[in-house]
Amino acid sequence: MTDNDIETIYEAIAREIDTVGEDKSELFLAKLALLLAREVDDRDRVLACVSGASASL
Amino acid sequence: MRPAGRGETESLYFDYPHFEAPDKGASNRGQSSRVAVVGAGPVGMSAALALAKEGVACALFDGKDTFNDGSRAICIARPSYYILESLGVVTPFLQKSLGWTTGRSFFRGKQILEFQMPDGPDEKYRPMYNLQQQYIEEFLWDAVAANPLIETRWQSTVDDIEDVEDGVRLSITDPHGAYGFDAEWVLACDGAHSDTRTKRGLRLNGENFEGRYVIADVQMEHDYPTVRRALFDPSCHPGGTVLVHRQPDNIWRIDYQLDSHESTDYALEEATVRASVQAVLDDIGHAGPWELEWWSAYTANTLALDDYRDGRVFYVGDSAHIVPIFGVRGLNNGLADAANIGWKLGWVLTGKAGAGLLDSYSPERRGATLDVFANASKSARFMTPDSHGWKLMRDAALSLALDYSFAGQLANPRQMTAYTYSDSPAVVPSGEEFVAGPEVGAVFREVAMNGEFLSDKFGTGFTVLCFGGELAAAVTNSLTGDEDITVLDLPCPSSISAAYGAEIGTAYLVRPDTHLAGRWKNADANTVIAAYRTTTFH
Repeated sequence: MTDNDIETIYEAIAREIDTVGEDKSELFLAKLALLLAREVDDRDRVLACVSGASASL
Repeated sequence: MRPAGRGETESLYFDYPHFEAPDKGASNRGQSSRVAVVGAGPVGMSAALALAKEGVACALFDGKDTFNDGSRAICIARPSYYILESLGVVTPFLQKSLGWTTGRSFFRGKQILEFQMPDGPDEKYRPMYNLQQQYIEEFLWDAVAANPLIETRWQSTVDDIEDVEDGVRLSITDPHGAYGFDAEWVLACDGAHSDTRTKRGLRLNGENFEGRYVIADVQMEHDYPTVRRALFDPSCHPGGTVLVHRQPDNIWRIDYQLDSHESTDYALEEATVRASVQAVLDDIGHAGPWELEWWSAYTANTLALDDYRDGRVFYVGDSAHIVPIFGVRGLNNGLADAANIGWKLGWVLTGKAGAGLLDSYSPERRGATLDVFANASKSARFMTPDSHGWKLMRDAALSLALDYSFAGQLANPRQMTAYTYSDSPAVVPSGEEFVAGPEVGAVFREVAMNGEFLSDKFGTGFTVLCFGGELAAAVTNSLTGDEDITVLDLPCPSSISAAYGAEIGTAYLVRPDTHLAGRWKNADANTVIAAYRTTTFH
């Protein structure tokens, strides 16, 4: 995936967060994480991402 | 603004000149110029020089009696150095400015990205140079003052521009009184608050972003290379963004975002600015003394006129478009506007091109503005997110970037590149696939050759890059003598032919503004000459 692809996804998620609204954005992002996990289809890689995302908060 | 006790142009390092108004005889002198340029800022002076380069005289009007106060636009991009070169003024710019290629972004004090802008031995100029706007104006003014084709009238405001038969009538006021000035064409280079635009009843359309910034210049001995620093969520401005740029004469630009609850008036008070600057300096580890030079405020807007031409009035620079400063496209696009209309109007008035060429100004330069909007809006959204979604994603990207470098790329600002005029009426589209080389409408590609650069061989008008001597000879033999074309006979195969994806018989036609009018894999002389006639509207 190129830097441009990442940016396109970044923008799409930002727009979707605004569309669903601030009060539902947490639920939306959690659903998105589960859907992406299903697509990755690799438990260990997804668990590595879970700890990666919670670092440096 | 400047510290208490110092006048508007009392700088720590720059002596502002004082320009007298024309004497009484000059104001009443009869018609001598076919073009009036309104506004003697960097864009107006460049437009006047671009016209003079084509042998066209102009009168240049400005209500002020000196240069713009403060350093304002400080980043000059590579494409602008080619324009300055074409105007014959690049030498003092190269001597004084600071070239740079590197940017660094920090999140909460930790570096998350270092980016390099494209550069290398095939480039004549660096991707970016820092130079205070008053030096930009001074170097342009030295050339304007020395040019017999440009008559500058300082302290002369243009109160009205009225359409008359075959031209326009300007109402001018100077210290001696009011008078009329007839011109065939007007270049309105009178800036973001253009009186010309207001008087003609035109409005800028577009978006205002919410972020507000203060820019402050300080003079200090500070040991850091010429690298653009962007500080996201630094301890000196929690939740905000700070930019730091080095300028000549030990001047440093500190650029910081205001909190949404902070009033602009309060933020612009000297004591507030001093405290904010000190906090930034503490953050970047500067412990020594510093002096406050100048400060100002800005907001990020994307506003433009629907058409940059209004009859015999052309809008050039900020009078036509206001862009966010991230990506440094305000001054740079203004210079490109000036070079574009200066060439076109110059060629039409000297009979080298048909009047149709003038209609290509607005689509080309407005297209460039819209491209800037698309890129600058992205940068502005990253610097000053304007909604919950954009802010959350921006903060996520910065937080991730502490541990994952891919996310740091999202903080990479899109710096200025020249726009491609693919849909312009002043280019000849090509359906051919090339393996390399700039496409039709794009700016040419520089190549180093035997201690020189390709662009050093360009003429003052159009240039045909012919790969192979046979084609060069055929084009030269087909010229009737009234074309302004320089024919270059380029080796093939060579590093140049590789850069242009050229074979024996390939031709590229380069316009005077170094954008490509056309390209052909297997050209014949008649096709090239026909393209010249098409793009000059003969």
